[in-house]
Amino acid sequence: MTDPLAGLYQELILEHARRRDGEGELDPFDAERFERNPTCGDEIRLRVRRASDGSIEAVGWEGQGCSISQASASVLAGEVPGLGADAARERIEGLRELLRSRGTMEPDEQLLGDAVAFAGVGRFTMRVKCAMLAWVALEGCLADLEREA
Amino acid sequence: MSGSSKHVAPQPRIVRASGGDYRGGVGETSGQGLSDERLAAIRADFPILAEQPAGIPLVYLDSGATSQQPRQVLEAEWAYRTQRNAAVHRGAHTLAALATDDYEAARETLARFVGADASEISWAMNATDALNTLALSLGEANRAAAVDPRLAIGAGDEILVTEAEHHANLLPWQRLADETGATLRWIGVDDDGCWRLADAEAAITERTRLVAIAHISNVTGLVAPVEGIVAAARAVGALVVLDACQSVPHRAVDLHALGVDAAAFSGHKMLGPGGIGVLYLAAELGATLPPARVGGSMITTVTMTEREFLPPPQRFEAGTQPVAAIVGLAAAIDYLEGVGMAAIDAHERMLGQRLAHGVTAIDGARLVGPPPGEERAGLASVIVDGVHAHDVGQVLDAAGIAVRVGHHCAQPLHRRLGVAATTRASAYLHTTPAEVDAFLDALSGVRAYFGAAR
Repeated sequence: MTDPLAGLYQELILEHARRRDGEGELDPFDAERFERNPTCGDEIRLRVRRASDGSIEAVGWEGQGCSISQASASVLAGEVPGLGADAARERIEGLRELLRSRGTMEPDEQLLGDAVAFAGVGRFTMRVKCAMLAWVALEGCLADLEREA
Repeated sequence: MSGSSKHVAPQPRIVRASGGDYRGGVGETSGQGLSDERLAAIRADFPILAEQPAGIPLVYLDSGATSQQPRQVLEAEWAYRTQRNAAVHRGAHTLAALATDDYEAARETLARFVGADASEISWAMNATDALNTLALSLGEANRAAAVDPRLAIGAGDEILVTEAEHHANLLPWQRLADETGATLRWIGVDDDGCWRLADAEAAITERTRLVAIAHISNVTGLVAPVEGIVAAARAVGALVVLDACQSVPHRAVDLHALGVDAAAFSGHKMLGPGGIGVLYLAAELGATLPPARVGGSMITTVTMTEREFLPPPQRFEAGTQPVAAIVGLAAAIDYLEGVGMAAIDAHERMLGQRLAHGVTAIDGARLVGPPPGEERAGLASVIVDGVHAHDVGQVLDAAGIAVRVGHHCAQPLHRRLGVAATTRASAYLHTTPAEVDAFLDALSGVRAYFGAAR
């Protein structure tokens, strides 16, 4: 019998949920956002530090939640450093589109990098928020930085 | 064991207890449960139990959140809508009279079921609505020029709840305390989420004006020692409000015998339709309580500047009520009584013990609430070491098992337990021991799946 969850819990996701890349308090930092999913209690505090050229230099996060939300934060921390604000926003939007496609979209690996592992989450509508949690926090940080600029 | 509010119900038409292959050799029941044949017949009444939403047989262990409806309830609603539907308590036509008969007969059925008088049963949308109505009405009473001393809550007074309350039985009291200047106090829980009568007795003081507690906790399955609390509250003149959402659907409850001043429960948790619940107000409280909501159907005389209200129960039923749902709820009670509340109670106690023993036997699983062998309702919440409840629920779902994951609208309790979320399996009269075992089997594989078992 095939594992009905294989599409959701890709090995990469389970690995990231354990690795938790980027976990820890980032200091100094230029923006911080707290996001919470009230239905399941998942929460994340995400900080961003900007490089002199305006790109994302580093991301740090602290939080608790399900494997999907924690793995997503871990993937984010590995994927976005080095990106400019527009490129980061493009990734966030790309991931959001993929997750909302209910598994019908072919993921763009070049755009999303390791985040393509979340393609299967789209078929589990109740988990989409989990996968987006850290990215929504990043989106908020980018908006705050833009306002300051 | 203190805390049981069980009263003797009519003898069920049940011949023998089912099962016997309890895990760990436990699962004593306090009475006769449901035979396998009876259980099979009951299950056949629930169309949804034959559905396969995930492509495999459905194991529905989420009745504590919302119960399923037997065809008898659906048919009663259908019959009302197709044969009797009309505005009740108005209109001179025969159809309106028939609708009114059904409507008030349903109230009588509800009242008899919980040991109350019909005039003490007011309709609400659900238990949350009922508790809000009560709290808002008490707020209204305390804004009056001359406050009824029995209803008076003010600065220096105390409202007492427990740390385990559902938000529906916490937030209305939080707000009432804020509005009246009273202090909200709570009975703390231990590491398992439990509390005892002695804790309540110690917390009830001369300043306590109202005690609001769940009869049965929706998370821990703990049964509150209601009689003892009522006695302690009476001694200081405090009102007692019972959140009966997890008790009235599952065991015989006699509100007059318990002596509480108010109670609330939801139709959708007792085989009934959604959108209908009950606010019970003991006659003495109902007589003096002003309405939170005003409008049609609840007045005697209205002028352009004045209004006079009907007595309970109509005083608390402003506007048109969901009559078809009310008829459906009465049919749900007929169904429950047809099976027998004593049999349902015994069946669910057995399943609760099976759950408790089974969970305790799983490596890395922590049972919330009373330990195996102690009284608990037919539900169990679990914390799985190293695996978030959402992930647990997902793995169970893949096996066709529907459970509730999250904080179950009890965030303070979960904070006290040190987790954001738990996984809860909750049984009802149609739940089989095999379904509980399917849950336990799937649960035992969760940690390995996520690599948490090492």
